[in-house]
Amino acid sequence: MEVLVCVKRVPAPGAKVPLTDDATDIDTRYLGHTIGPHEECGVEEAVRIVKAHGGSATVLAVGPPEADEQLRYAIAMGADRGVLVDVGAAELDPEATAAAIVHAVGDTSYDLVLFGTESADASHYQVGIRVARALGLPIVGGIKGIDIDDGAARLRREVADGVEVYRLPLPAAAAVKEGLNLPRYPSMPGRLKAKKARIDVVPYTPEPGGLRKVRLRQPNDDREEAIVLGHGADAAPRVVDVLEQIGVIT
Amino acid sequence: MSTDSSNVPSSADVVIIGAGIVGNSVAYHLAELGWRNIVLLDKGPLPDPGGSTGHASNFIFPVDHSKEITALTLESMRQYEKLGTITTCGGIEIARTAERVEELKRRLASSKAWGIPSELITPERVAQLVPFVDPSIILAAFWTPSVAVVDPLQTGALMREQAIAHGALTVSANTEVSGISTERGRVTAVHTDRGDIATDRIVVACGVWSPRIAKMAGAHLPLTPAVHQMMDVGPIPELASTGTEIAYPIVRDMDALMYERQSGADLEIGSYAHRPILHAPDEIPSIEAAALSPTQLPFTQDDFDPQLEDALELFGSILNEPGAGVRHAINGLLSMTPDGAPVLGESPEVGGLWSAAAVWIKEGPGVGRMMAEWMTTGTPEIDLHGADIARFYQHQRTKHHVIARANEGFNKIYGIVHPREQWASNRKQRLSPFYAREVEAGAEFFEVGGWERPHWYESNRPLVEEFGVPDRPHEWDGRWWSPITNAEHLAMRERAAMIDLTAFAQFDVSGPGALDYLQHMAMGQVDKAVGRLIYTPVLAPNGGFRSDLTIVRLGDEHFRVITGGADGARDAFWFRSHLPDDGSVAFADITSAVCTLGLWGPRARDILTAATPDDVSNEAFGFGTAKRIVVDGVPVLALRVSYVGDLGWELHAPFEHGQRLWDAIAAAGKPHGIVPAGIGVYGTTGRLEKGYRLMGAELDSEYNAVEAGLALPKVKSADFIGKEAYLAARESGPAATLCTLTVDDHTSASGIARYPQGGEPILARDGERIVDRKGRGSYVTTAGAAPSLGAYLLMAYLPPEYAVEGERLLVEYMSEQYPVTVARVGRTPLFDPDDERMKS
Repeated sequence: MEVLVCVKRVPAPGAKVPLTDDATDIDTRYLGHTIGPHEECGVEEAVRIVKAHGGSATVLAVGPPEADEQLRYAIAMGADRGVLVDVGAAELDPEATAAAIVHAVGDTSYDLVLFGTESADASHYQVGIRVARALGLPIVGGIKGIDIDDGAARLRREVADGVEVYRLPLPAAAAVKEGLNLPRYPSMPGRLKAKKARIDVVPYTPEPGGLRKVRLRQPNDDREEAIVLGHGADAAPRVVDVLEQIGVIT
Repeated sequence: MSTDSSNVPSSADVVIIGAGIVGNSVAYHLAELGWRNIVLLDKGPLPDPGGSTGHASNFIFPVDHSKEITALTLESMRQYEKLGTITTCGGIEIARTAERVEELKRRLASSKAWGIPSELITPERVAQLVPFVDPSIILAAFWTPSVAVVDPLQTGALMREQAIAHGALTVSANTEVSGISTERGRVTAVHTDRGDIATDRIVVACGVWSPRIAKMAGAHLPLTPAVHQMMDVGPIPELASTGTEIAYPIVRDMDALMYERQSGADLEIGSYAHRPILHAPDEIPSIEAAALSPTQLPFTQDDFDPQLEDALELFGSILNEPGAGVRHAINGLLSMTPDGAPVLGESPEVGGLWSAAAVWIKEGPGVGRMMAEWMTTGTPEIDLHGADIARFYQHQRTKHHVIARANEGFNKIYGIVHPREQWASNRKQRLSPFYAREVEAGAEFFEVGGWERPHWYESNRPLVEEFGVPDRPHEWDGRWWSPITNAEHLAMRERAAMIDLTAFAQFDVSGPGALDYLQHMAMGQVDKAVGRLIYTPVLAPNGGFRSDLTIVRLGDEHFRVITGGADGARDAFWFRSHLPDDGSVAFADITSAVCTLGLWGPRARDILTAATPDDVSNEAFGFGTAKRIVVDGVPVLALRVSYVGDLGWELHAPFEHGQRLWDAIAAAGKPHGIVPAGIGVYGTTGRLEKGYRLMGAELDSEYNAVEAGLALPKVKSADFIGKEAYLAARESGPAATLCTLTVDDHTSASGIARYPQGGEPILARDGERIVDRKGRGSYVTTAGAAPSLGAYLLMAYLPPEYAVEGERLLVEYMSEQYPVTVARVGRTPLFDPDDERMKS
């Protein structure tokens, strides 16, 4: 089994997402970076599939050279190698991102291509479908269960009134969702291995055009401050009041 | 009263900014000492407002080479103990290298000096205590059973609770300080987003944010936020199965500059080995913008990678456990200062603005108590001269200096730092006018207060052979030292030496109130005839030492105060802050206007006679007097005084005449065999032979003048700071007396002669620690050669039963004990006890 997982380098903000002065971007000066929770499950799944069925897991990112950090994180979790599609600082729309991935995949044939169901920052829900279509692979999104057997992938996803199960002949693609598994933390030997692991860099210049972000806006912060209702048993009546107010008890 | 309401009180007796371990402790101890109307602010929420207290590793290793830091730590441990927020787990510092084994032996001496039970243990014993380490890479280890983990957030909460119970404290969390008002150089109000508070005292306990807050008042706190990386690896079944936060001793992997401690099911790994990563206080993200907390910045993996291998090497058996992963990793912020010590006390720049910054969890509660005592009585119980914010000269408070020294100092946190080790960065800040000549003479420069001072001169190397001075066979003993110092000393005693003393801090005090003012400041009688000078202690309110210095009466209403360069900034602040406010005394710091050249030795008078037309005979220019003379056209204030015990003068001249003065004395001295001599002679060998005390070594606020042997036959009638305590000390007699001891045999077990360097414990003949009735252990305050006596001397305070001439005791150095003998009790010097040379 050759498995490809696509991940995206995104900022890891706190409660409030800081914006640059011109509000065109997130101010990342004091932020770390990460990959989204869906993609983390994708990496975990790829590592498990390879362990069970043999083969190797490749992790791919489209982004700036710094995305190397996220690739190595995935390798520390157990992926075998990384591919960095270097598009510089440019922020790509889903169409351009998909084109970049397709370009980098080239003639390499993967049995299974995994995506996060949406990116952690932009949430376009598009890249997986676009890539799958370009590569001629069947794809299902929102996946929370994967079994590989007999040359096919059985994919499960939760819907409003039950669970849908799909059987896709390999090669195939899936966009996975948090809850698929419990991703492991990178081990220390894994970190050391990742440090020395091979990352192939594929330079790519995106086509001009596409979506262009005008600016970002913070939603109004209408959260209330924490209020201390009291201490010890004395607080009980006020707690009851609040529970009644919000309809927990009647 | 505690409040969550939106407004802060409109006035307060003191406003403490910062509710970390330090701010909480200051609030609690001020309340205990009777303060009321205390307001404690923090911009973050409680109990964890987001500063370094919230993410610190919270363990305490009590042993430090510094007496001051150890005392603060032990006091803090007592407080944590009292509040029930301490868990004792023991701690092991391991050595992977032979050099570190030596350092651990040195730590053992420090632990004995400060009274902390510790021992050196074998790798096998380490493996018994912590079964997961690989003993094969360990050479030896230092085991301290009292090492503990504390809960500083809980401690802070309890302290707030108790202060509130006293009716003394109002706490206002989520309150951001926007400004501090001052009038006539003193604070008057704190402005916040919940209103303004009128106050004349502010305590800045804001950790890494402290410089930003102090700047609002116009003060500069010399510290910078710096990254300390740490990660949690787990879950590890062997740790999880203990079912407790910490069941195994904490391991400090000293050579890797790392530590490993159990934290529940995880092993927490921290590092001081990575490159220094400094941030500006204004760059720290807000609570909302921070992913974890403002002081937990994103982990930078590359910086930590080399430490992973070290950790795996030592703890491989559990870190390789399947399923154990890096669950949490941060670039935690802590405070770095130019010299690594805290920044405590009232700012010399802004009255009423107190700093309680750059404090570790292990010192926090103790610092709180000391700050409260300091603010209440004027003297904290523990001498804090090494942590006093006033120790910094102006250039040392600049960002330029702070950044340079923090970068250099970061990797020294777990490093092996020689007691004489010199800083390499940001040198050549203050140069005497003799500097060019000193460079020509091959001076080896040591730094004090930013001054470059020759410690010895390579041009004097031929003297080593001339006087047959032996070298020190052990590299450590001889590091930052040269036998040239002893040779310069002998040349001075036989002929004459010239010594650059420009680093002295000098103050001109004048005006109708000058005499009364100095009488109030000094223990000694200042009301002497014009032209006389005195050496006098300056006491703290508790009767301990604040300073010791020279006061020269230049006129009826005109005095010169001359003090050491190391303490010049503190002394300047002390003197300034006690000036009467009626304008009757003018105070001028003239340090930068004056250079000083010491000229001493039996040929000094011949030399000075050749260089000046003035009469410098003993009859015309007696000991203890000052005269204005001319040397080769240079106007000089000459003082007949000596710190090395030989005939001679301090020659003070306008700074710009310095080189001419140097050249004139060098030329006049040439036929007499004059040599330039360094501070190695002035500060150690010459001084020790004469039994002269040094501020910060023998003298600090924990010892009084009676104990130091500096009590005067009569107590002057004028009132002075510390007088009451001084009188009481004369009454009660010394709990310990400063003694001079000789080392009787230097031979170590390996047959090499070893030389204690200072800080070692003095032990009874049975090897037991010596403690006086005030609980103070006996330790070496200064160690050094006495070349003219052919001896190696130690100074130490000894309780009366041991302070007996001829008493035989032991000194422990590098885990071996050497016989010593009490050679002098009190002030009388071993060399030239009647001062005949000096007064000839």
